[in-house]
Amino acid sequence: MFRLRPEANAETIAVVVEGRTILVPAGASAAAAVLLAGFSSIRETPVEGNERAPYCMMGVCFDCLAEIDGVPNRQSCMVEARPGMQIRRQIRARKIDPSAQ
Amino acid sequence: MASYDAIVIGGGLVGSAIAYGLAREGLRTALLDEGDVAYRASRGNFGLVWVQSKGDGAPHYQRWTRRSADEWPALAAELLAGTGISVGHERPGGVHLCLDDAEFEERQTRMARMQAEAGNFGFEYRMLDRRELASMLPGLGPAVIGASYTPYDGHTNPLNLLHALHKGFVERRGRYIRNTPVSTARATPDDFRIGTAGGEIAAPKVVLAAGLGNANLAPLFGLTAPVRPQRGQILVTERARRVLPMPTTTIRQTDEGGIMLGDSQEDVGFDTGQKPAVMREIARRAVLSFPWLRDLQIVRAWAALRVMPPDGLPIYNQSERFPGAFTANCHSGVTLAGAHANLLAPMIAAGDLDSSLDLFSARRFDVPAAA
Repeated sequence: MFRLRPEANAETIAVVVEGRTILVPAGASAAAAVLLAGFSSIRETPVEGNERAPYCMMGVCFDCLAEIDGVPNRQSCMVEARPGMQIRRQIRARKIDPSAQ
Repeated sequence: MASYDAIVIGGGLVGSAIAYGLAREGLRTALLDEGDVAYRASRGNFGLVWVQSKGDGAPHYQRWTRRSADEWPALAAELLAGTGISVGHERPGGVHLCLDDAEFEERQTRMARMQAEAGNFGFEYRMLDRRELASMLPGLGPAVIGASYTPYDGHTNPLNLLHALHKGFVERRGRYIRNTPVSTARATPDDFRIGTAGGEIAAPKVVLAAGLGNANLAPLFGLTAPVRPQRGQILVTERARRVLPMPTTTIRQTDEGGIMLGDSQEDVGFDTGQKPAVMREIARRAVLSFPWLRDLQIVRAWAALRVMPPDGLPIYNQSERFPGAFTANCHSGVTLAGAHANLLAPMIAAGDLDSSLDLFSARRFDVPAAA
């Protein structure tokens, strides 16, 4: 659905979105990686479980929340992609383990 | 000139709850809402329906708060049935956490005093030691030595409450008039003319529920409302699966999963700014209470202004000079929504405040005449 802009950085790095390895321009955001990987959504809303994908790409709408390198609920549009980064679906609200201190 | 049975000035939680109650009583009611230039305490509050801390030294306030909390389940059910909006009200009881021995002893003394003051009305509470509290609240921090508990406390989603009151009011043929400050007011007994940008409107009853705006409005109707702003700051975390089974005085998990952290009491005039030092202290106490909060991201923070009468208690009055004009002022628009919609509004509709509200008159602030 999405194409790279012509001026996109030719240098690429590999990240893993939901188990799929994808090459993205160096300097791209994790949200851009999600879109380039072709996923139609990256999270399910906390209360009703509706699917959402990155939208505003500027840190406002929170629809790009994803689990990145094991940390839940990160705004993927605000996170720069790094080689080997693991980006996973944010399924509803995150879990808390109150006993882990 | 449009005329109504009642005009309510102020579209926040206090005005909306009263207007909703008046419309339910069958009064054709107009609700004037100033707009986003107002301070809008109703959009910035914490969402507790809270009983246990209210009315120390003022048993009439303790009773009024508890009566409101008792009205809450019926109000929430009625709003859901009428508007389809769930206000997320729960009443699991609540706790006030104590982080050292001095806090615990002070709390114990206060709760005992409030029980004594309650007399035959009763005041059920328990002081919980750390062990019992830890069995109720997961991941309790080692710094917490105990808490006070009462079964009366609960919480709600305050934005959904405001939305539901507005919707329920309109469904009961109330007229909600937005972005409309009061420009003029002409008062005679049981005949009030309120000037707005859209022209003058008239009614035999007017209710002043404009929060901090009441200070300037009240004298136009022979009333006084010496309220001042008190700033409170709030932090809210990302949403998480339900962990906390009940609210504390300053920490609660919302119906949608976010965890709200409060609060502060700051005397800074009309300044709605945020202060890192205050936010840090809120976060510090929260993490001492529940260390697992440290791993959660803060996604929003804000400040809002409470509407504070000099003694912290609500003000309810009917004007002696201009009967038909009423004031309602308080800093607990969420907690008292049940009383305002279900108890106060019928009194205003009947034209007479019940004697149980006499002690809430602003006359209490008058200088006593010299003998």
